[in-house]
Amino acid sequence: MIKVQDLVKVFGAKRAVDGVSFSVERGEVLGFLGPNGAGKSTTMRMITGFIPPTAGTVTVGGFDTVENPIPARRLIGYLPENAPAYTDMTVAGFLNFAAEIRGLRGDAKRKAIHRVVEMCFLEPVMHQSVETLSKGYRHRTCFAQSILHDPEVLVLDEPTDGLDPNQKHEVRGLIRRMGASKAIIFSTHILEEVDTVCSRAIIIDRGRIVANGTPEELRRKSESAGAVTLRVSGVNGAALSQRLAQLSTVKRSAILEEDSAGVTARVFPKPAVNAVLARSVAEAVQGWRIEELHTEEGRLDEVFRSITMPETAKMGGEGDRKNPR
Amino acid sequence: MNAWSNIKTIAKRELGAYFSSPLAYVFIVIFLLLSGFFTFMVGGFFEIGQASLAHPFFDWHPWFYLFLVPAVGMRLWAEERRVGTIELLLTMPITPWQAIVGKFLASWLFLALALALTFPIVITVNYLGSPDNGVILAAYLGSWLMAGAYLAVSCITSAMTRTQVVSFIVSVVFCLFLILAGFPPVVRLLSGWAQPWLVDTVTSFSVITHFDGFQKGVLDSRDVIFFLSIIVFSLFTTGVILRGHRAG
Ligand SMILES: Nc1ncnc2c1ncn2[C@@H]1O[C@H](COP(=O)(O)OP(=O)(O)O)[C@@H](O)[C@H]1O
Ligand SMILES: [Mg+2]
Repeated sequence: MIKVQDLVKVFGAKRAVDGVSFSVERGEVLGFLGPNGAGKSTTMRMITGFIPPTAGTVTVGGFDTVENPIPARRLIGYLPENAPAYTDMTVAGFLNFAAEIRGLRGDAKRKAIHRVVEMCFLEPVMHQSVETLSKGYRHRTCFAQSILHDPEVLVLDEPTDGLDPNQKHEVRGLIRRMGASKAIIFSTHILEEVDTVCSRAIIIDRGRIVANGTPEELRRKSESAGAVTLRVSGVNGAALSQRLAQLSTVKRSAILEEDSAGVTARVFPKPAVNAVLARSVAEAVQGWRIEELHTEEGRLDEVFRSITMPETAKMGGEGDRKNPR
Repeated sequence: MNAWSNIKTIAKRELGAYFSSPLAYVFIVIFLLLSGFFTFMVGGFFEIGQASLAHPFFDWHPWFYLFLVPAVGMRLWAEERRVGTIELLLTMPITPWQAIVGKFLASWLFLALALALTFPIVITVNYLGSPDNGVILAAYLGSWLMAGAYLAVSCITSAMTRTQVVSFIVSVVFCLFLILAGFPPVVRLLSGWAQPWLVDTVTSFSVITHFDGFQKGVLDSRDVIFFLSIIVFSLFTTGVILRGHRAG
């Protein structure tokens, strides 16, 4: 449904998006990860046609968003960053406007509004002015606008930003359920959302895609993926390290914790020996009391940090000139 | 037609926005108070002793509008950009033109309403004498077209900035030029040293020159075209500016 090809956006001297290509099919929820200023919002703005690309193409449902913007936009529901909404309108008035501009009239309009009001729990604030809404309600009002016409493609820029934990949970559930029948792309910097919501994730850094895969695939890239963590009692760290160092499957091991009760260590495998590492470690420490022994799945935050670290380290001064309004 | 229904939807929202804030009512009240005050007190309506509105009432309009119309137009795009709703509006399945025209029409209708509410003044002249109501109607039409020209200029300045106050000030300056180019004292000063063709060129850009005919009850197509072309040109420029922001 969404096809992005060699997309580039240059602002002055800055390449905010630098050759990004990917596609999202119906039934997929693509998570868009990356540190602040990585180019997530800029990419999404080009997908929705808000800003024109410097180079490259975006097609949505086969329509080029520059050559043929109107039919492309009909297919898209868009929640921009910070969930803007007309502050001088009531929630009902705002949704009514959004429905009419989507071409909905009469009964179809009433039904569509009713549906999203239920989905987003907006009933209590329908006649309140948007200006006086709490952040969570304003966010959901803008979210409701994006799904009003039951679009085939959803572009959500940080849909859970600024919500409380319960609301975050609701919105994630909503996205996951809608993902079954739509093509969804959403940006976030909350890594646990990748596991709970996405079928695939892309990590973008300084305008480039640095990783693209299912959450499991990404996790396997982390350093600790396949490592074995164990805790044994009645032994000291030095003795344990020495025993582990003799194993041919072990690249290195590290003592994580040592106290009078015992030692916790992590053992990293040599390439391509993951599966047997746990067994060989268990055999190596026979005779001591094993209190815990498990293989690590890998951690997304580790992958994220190791891939994007060079940028995050000097992020402090990254003056974010945002929002081309 | 689809384009027209989009324009209507946008204009409806925009008009609603005016009346959901006290600004609209304040504006109308100020406009009516000014009109009444200048017509009856300053304009010497009673002293002239003629059943005519040309001078006491309509003469002031280019000057009222100088401040009132930029106040009406300043929020049109500046506010959309400040709040970020422009990102919603321009990613809806509409063209930027439909948005620009819809917003302009809403504000222009609002000005028409303010203008229409001055009808008690018309009733007063009709009560006191027997004016030529055709002339009055022509002058109203001219006044509304002139307001539209100011408003379109305000659209440009509103698209240039996120700050309404900046938009207001810049647009007052632009509109002031449109007045002064044909303001008699300026024209006299200018004809003192400039060639006649230059004087004519400058005055042909003035709203005063083109409003004059309407005030006399003369509907000259050149005057109508003048105001309409300012509107079209300004709305076009607004579109170019909005596109420029997005292109980055
Ligand atoms: N309109 C603009 N003008 C200039 N620079 C911009 C503009 N929009 C974004 N940028 C820059 O482009 C980079 C990417 O921004 P953005 O896409 O908003 O990042 P993200 O959403 O991943 O945090 C940032 O460095 C930002 O400062
Ligand atoms: Mg962003």
